[in-house]
Amino acid sequence: MKINNTVIKVCMGTGGIAAGGSEVMDAFRAELKASGIEAAVEKNCLMHKVGCRGLCAKDVLVDVIVKGQKTTYQYVKPEMVSRIVKEHIIEKNPVADWVVGDDYHNFHKKQLKVVLSDCGSIDPEDIDAYIAGNGYEAARKVITSSAPADVIGTIKASGLRGRGGAGFPTGVKWEAAMKQSSKQKYMICNADEGDPGAFMDRSVIEGNPHAVIEGMIIGAYSIGSDKGYVYIRAEYPLAVERLRKALSDARARGFLGKGIFGTKFSFDIKVKLGAGAFVCGEETALIASIEGQRGMPRAKPPFPVYSGLWGKPTVINNVETLANVPYIIRNGAQWFSSFGTEKSKGTKVFALTGKIKNSGLIEVPMGIPLREIIYDIGGGIEGNRALKAVQTGGPSGGCIPAEMLDTPVDFESLAKVGSIVGSGGMVVLDEDNCMVNMAQYFLQFTQMESCGKCVPCRIGTKRLLEIIGRITKGKGKEGDVELLEKLSADIKAASLCGLGQTAPNPILSTIKYFRDEYEAHLKGKCPAAVCKELLTYYILEEFCKGCGACLRACPAKAITGEKKKLHKIDPAVCIKCGACFDVCKFKAVGKE
Amino acid sequence: MIRLTIDNKAIEVAEGTTVLDAAKMLNIEIPTLCHHPKLTPFGGCRLCIVEVKGVPRPLTSCTTPVSEGMEVATSTPALEDLRKTLLELILSDHPNDCMICEKAGDCTLQELAYFYGIRENRFEGERRIYEKKDGNPFIERDMGKCILCGRCVKVCDEIQGVGAIDFAYRGFKSKICPTFEKDLDCEFCGQCVAVCPTGALTGKMWQLRGRQKDINAIDTTCSYCGTGCNITLHVRNNKVVRVTSKENTWNEGWLCVKGRFGYSFINSPDRLKKPLIRIAPKESIKGSKGQSLKNSDTLTLGRSDTCDFSAIFREASWDEALDYIAAKLKEIKERSGADSIAGLSSARCTTEENYLFQKFIRAAVGTNNVDHCARL
Repeated sequence: MKINNTVIKVCMGTGGIAAGGSEVMDAFRAELKASGIEAAVEKNCLMHKVGCRGLCAKDVLVDVIVKGQKTTYQYVKPEMVSRIVKEHIIEKNPVADWVVGDDYHNFHKKQLKVVLSDCGSIDPEDIDAYIAGNGYEAARKVITSSAPADVIGTIKASGLRGRGGAGFPTGVKWEAAMKQSSKQKYMICNADEGDPGAFMDRSVIEGNPHAVIEGMIIGAYSIGSDKGYVYIRAEYPLAVERLRKALSDARARGFLGKGIFGTKFSFDIKVKLGAGAFVCGEETALIASIEGQRGMPRAKPPFPVYSGLWGKPTVINNVETLANVPYIIRNGAQWFSSFGTEKSKGTKVFALTGKIKNSGLIEVPMGIPLREIIYDIGGGIEGNRALKAVQTGGPSGGCIPAEMLDTPVDFESLAKVGSIVGSGGMVVLDEDNCMVNMAQYFLQFTQMESCGKCVPCRIGTKRLLEIIGRITKGKGKEGDVELLEKLSADIKAASLCGLGQTAPNPILSTIKYFRDEYEAHLKGKCPAAVCKELLTYYILEEFCKGCGACLRACPAKAITGEKKKLHKIDPAVCIKCGACFDVCKFKAVGKE
Repeated sequence: MIRLTIDNKAIEVAEGTTVLDAAKMLNIEIPTLCHHPKLTPFGGCRLCIVEVKGVPRPLTSCTTPVSEGMEVATSTPALEDLRKTLLELILSDHPNDCMICEKAGDCTLQELAYFYGIRENRFEGERRIYEKKDGNPFIERDMGKCILCGRCVKVCDEIQGVGAIDFAYRGFKSKICPTFEKDLDCEFCGQCVAVCPTGALTGKMWQLRGRQKDINAIDTTCSYCGTGCNITLHVRNNKVVRVTSKENTWNEGWLCVKGRFGYSFINSPDRLKKPLIRIAPKESIKGSKGQSLKNSDTLTLGRSDTCDFSAIFREASWDEALDYIAAKLKEIKERSGADSIAGLSSARCTTEENYLFQKFIRAAVGTNNVDHCARL
């Protein structure tokens, strides 16, 4: 049997593998063999893994492309493979039951993929797949025929700004490093992505590591560096593995090493694993960590472009920033700057999570209204409940209330409403989320991750946490909200690094937009019924059937009642664990 | 040279000078806890923040190099307000036991709390509580008083080159400790104690020896070795209770374990104050319990608790002792020749003394058999 032009792409990002991607791939291989078309497969049917395409919630996603016609299957399990092979690949009839629906297409419709354009379509472990799409052409063009100043000119003209959070213009940073006369300079890629719930950089490296490497080569050539580091967290084993493979493949092809593309330019990259400290994402702490010291930030100035790693001029760029670079060189500065707003050019990758239907990885043009992200790409709120706010920028960010949903998502607009683009976390909160509790969660994270060097961050965030903690426990005092505001402002003003300077943001922005929730807590009520200490559980007479389910579930024996008669909760005994609420089939347990 | 103004006073300083140092030249005081002039800047306590025109946020003056035309303000209501918050935060995690603290009266934190009038604290909360556990006889670590200024870590690394301690853990639980939180096991030079701005690190030998007001500080030279460090003896009731060294000395205030902690010999009953001449041969010496002494025991000869002291030696005047030695040397030289004599000098002598000693052995005794303990 002859199979022509068939391509099978199995999603094998971390999400895809967790959902069983490897098993699905094995099943395809076995099934193709069993169907007697294995030999043909070798020749004419290409099967490969691809990186994350964003909608991990529907993994394992599999593309089957027959004669250029792409069909995508969702929730693929190994046992579904034989039917796909038989009906679709052999008989040419796609299995309609398992094909993705409108929500999958809508998820992609308003996205604009630059950085992620090859993620999810090429095999990240195959350098030829990247080269086939003009990979490393940008680096070749730049190194063989452009002066460093011209490359920097292009990057400056494109308007590319750092995607790691601060949004500093990349070209300006490169230019400053280029102008340093030091013989030794360093090019560092910051892949120490640490925000809870963020997986942008991880997906880029897992899905298209060569774009990051090519970006680093171009950057290194521009600033005059021959040594680079990728500082990546050890908690990203798959990304590390693919990055290492990509580096050795690139070295084997002569894209890294001595005399790249037959020129005098030499550059090589080392991988440095981070040991899990969030603060090492801060550039000066990252440098300390590479130097073998404890990851503690130091004061700026001097900035790393003047005195960085081992005291030498050093450029540190985020993964996403660098992954943009080859596409900008290939397509021109004007192409890139045609996306986005006046001051925020291009696209931004976000990790969309929380109470949203389509959670996953998205890339959108800068300036897209938040509403389009939530309702068009994200498909709206889970259970169609009411949106309360969107938290952007992770633990350093702030929240944007539902009324401001038309805010354009770009550096300036988000800053104006008291939040940040940050590295790209986007958590959707609905009416069941308590904003005080949410602020406490993020603060807990930053306090734990404070390096301990400076007083406002080490002790100040601890005190903030204690104050907000007593508010959520109903033990808040009058003036506590004002004290939170005052201490937050002082921590922001006096902290050494970005971690401390932004740690109070979740508190300040929730107080700004949801002060009433704080006030309610001070009066002993949690409006969203989340804060345990402020809840009272009770049984609604009209719904209770006396089934005894709650009584059996209660670990504190706080519920009494005879069979088929009204049950009661003794508030003095109740530990507010919520077991009765979860177990009741008649919605007879209430809480407030 | 760089020109700038600090609190509207113009100054010209060398490139690379920090704002803090430039302010010092103008006699403008900026509070700080973590800065030490001999150590690399840290920027952790944040108290030395200043406002620089055109920069949106305050900068720490200890880490910020001067730049041309810079306009610096060191004390504005906003800065003083921030400093007060910072001090309150530090004190919210500090035991309020100045009354019994060894460091009281000599403590930078206490002094700042006094100047900023901090009595009530808006940020009362959890405090770090640590056990005191070190068994060493020199350094007392009371880490609940530690403000994590990092001076001890830096002095140990940058000056002493030992690196016995470092920061560990993160967040509020951050602490400074030896590897794996073991007991301190280092040179015990006490440099960390010397630079600690609070009562977290103190000398065990100094405890309960009196407050600063009762102490006379007497500058002298350390007698332990030829280096000749300048030291200051803290004397109370005619007894040395502590040794420090001043920063403006040629040894920059740094000392070793002997200079800093090895002063108990001064008032020791076993201290030799006069020359002794042996009156009984070595073999006849018995221990304090009448037992014969082994060869190794003779090392401790002279200690009153090991043998009967007066049966072996008698006190003599320096003149008598020197005459005695000269006569003996002459006698040996005449009997067996100059080369039967050797001289071994001590590292505790100065260079000049050592020079004289070798000259004496070579010219007066007439042999080249001369050596020095530091060469061994």
